[in-house]
Amino acid sequence: MSTLLEKNRTSGPAGSEGSRPRKAKNHEGPGILTYSILIAFFAVSAFPLWWSFVIASRQSSDTNLVPPAVLPGRNFLDNVVKVFQTVPFAEALINSFIISGAITISVVFFSTLAGYSFAKLRFRASNGLLLAVIATMAIPTQLGIIPLFMLMAEWEWVGTLQSVIVPGLVTAFGVFFMRQYLVDVIPDELIEAARVDGASMWGTFWHVALPAARPAMAVLGLFTFMAAWTDYLWPNLVLGPRNPSVQTALAALSASGGQTPDNSLVLAGAVLSVIPLLILFFLAGKQLVAGIMQGAVKG
Amino acid sequence: MTISTAVRRKPTGLTFRQKLSRFDYAASPYLYIAPFFLLFALIGIFPIVYTFNVSLYDWHLLKGQGDFVGLANYVSVLTDPLFWNAFRNTISIFLLSAIPQLVIATIIAALLDQTLRATTFWRMSILLPYIVAPVAVAVIFLQIFNQYHGPIAGLLEAFGLDPIRWTFDVFPSHVAIASMVNWRWTGYNALLLLAAMQSIPRDLYESAAIDGASKARRFWSITIPMIRPTMIFVVVTSTIGGLQIFTEPKLFDPRTYGGGDKQFQTIVLYLYEMAFPRRDFGQASATAWILFLIIVLAGVLNYVIARAIRTSADRPVRRRPVPTLPLKRGVS
Repeated sequence: MSTLLEKNRTSGPAGSEGSRPRKAKNHEGPGILTYSILIAFFAVSAFPLWWSFVIASRQSSDTNLVPPAVLPGRNFLDNVVKVFQTVPFAEALINSFIISGAITISVVFFSTLAGYSFAKLRFRASNGLLLAVIATMAIPTQLGIIPLFMLMAEWEWVGTLQSVIVPGLVTAFGVFFMRQYLVDVIPDELIEAARVDGASMWGTFWHVALPAARPAMAVLGLFTFMAAWTDYLWPNLVLGPRNPSVQTALAALSASGGQTPDNSLVLAGAVLSVIPLLILFFLAGKQLVAGIMQGAVKG
Repeated sequence: MTISTAVRRKPTGLTFRQKLSRFDYAASPYLYIAPFFLLFALIGIFPIVYTFNVSLYDWHLLKGQGDFVGLANYVSVLTDPLFWNAFRNTISIFLLSAIPQLVIATIIAALLDQTLRATTFWRMSILLPYIVAPVAVAVIFLQIFNQYHGPIAGLLEAFGLDPIRWTFDVFPSHVAIASMVNWRWTGYNALLLLAAMQSIPRDLYESAAIDGASKARRFWSITIPMIRPTMIFVVVTSTIGGLQIFTEPKLFDPRTYGGGDKQFQTIVLYLYEMAFPRRDFGQASATAWILFLIIVLAGVLNYVIARAIRTSADRPVRRRPVPTLPLKRGVS
């Protein structure tokens, strides 16, 4: 008898006891506690960035304030100017755009091409080769920096942008990601039909596969750009102080003050370095979230 | 008459156009994957393999290749107390980041896996730290964890506690560095776990609720087992990334390679110091390969533990492992 009651209570509108089912449902819904925890988590997520901006717009001594300063001051532009005077930040921004842009275009294009071939074209050893791609995804290629550095020295590329671009031109992950997407999204009949109509293989790729691949290309592009933009170890090794990326310039700025760094200056640099990705985040944050979440259930 | 039927016919008597089409059909698949494999061989495979070659020689950054020494570089590294110091630091920082991260990410994901107001806002808000580059994270947290000034010192003072020497002492420095990793990655991992939670069929919860299972019970008996593949994925990626941590400890004290007493020198920092300031490419390469093997070993260990949990739990529900966006977490 009691189990029957339970059933009615929780099975929602079908319950026969009037207000009771709704009560149960209310109890299930997210309460004040849920929102409080989420707000606290949001505060922790946002505080370091906001506080950086606050200090960057004030003076260095304001880092000592208790409780911490939470309202911006008026010195942001002055500090920004000082950043540009201390390190070649304008060059750094341009360099980072060139590096990240070139890497993104290359990774997206070659991944789509290879991913399409693995997903939709039949050829000998395709399974074995795809397995090789998957296996190499797990290899920490960053551990190869020593031969890579020797290679760059050999080619006299140290200090140039191509020394950062070339090692980023392809990723095994990109190929796998595009393959997983295209295998479901393009019907085999569509490719057959294009062939029947006399389209060349390249024509089929260009006119059928590429348009269908666009959403996944956008997601892969976003993440590739961010990874290239935020990379530090390798650019720090091969780019000199006079031809920096945003990250190496910021690191140099951070070290510039010696024992007594100018906190406002350094944090102004940190804020500046974040702004381009922050803009990207506001424009495409939804796609970033969707990309991470779709990547998690596909595959 | 279509080309594809012509292809299936005998090759004799084909026009040039038809031959071209045949070639196009046969060669294109290889041509499309060729750029990836050629480039990857050059920038991905060759460096790792050649690292092993370098590790067998006396090899100086400037003087170049010296005598063949066999495994002597490996012996030097493995008998170097500083290597083991770096190893301990890496594991310590990794544990301080991986465990809280997984727990908090699971809680946040569970909270988000409800019918909330402003769903998109919450999801975006937890991803915000992810767009901040590790260099900027390190620079910002260096200020936040300043021993004398900054928000944390202020907080400690407000509670009447002694200042903590974040950059000088071993454990506090590990906590500070781990908190940088946690700050940047917890939201990202929460989204992965949220996606896994949302793919759980809702009727499973409903029937459990009908059977009288409490909310907590449903979480432990349905949610956790169902998201286990994603949890394992999160653990594996944070292991691979955590073992290669570099930027955060490097910039936590930019003038050193992991602190004045190497109190937060990690394995990659040890490798870096060996290769560049100390110019010993041979030992640095040996370190790279040792780390490579440690990562492989950790992967195998993860797999074995995951299997053991699965068989002991003996769940009827089986899902495919969930690969996802393993974006360069590594040398961040």
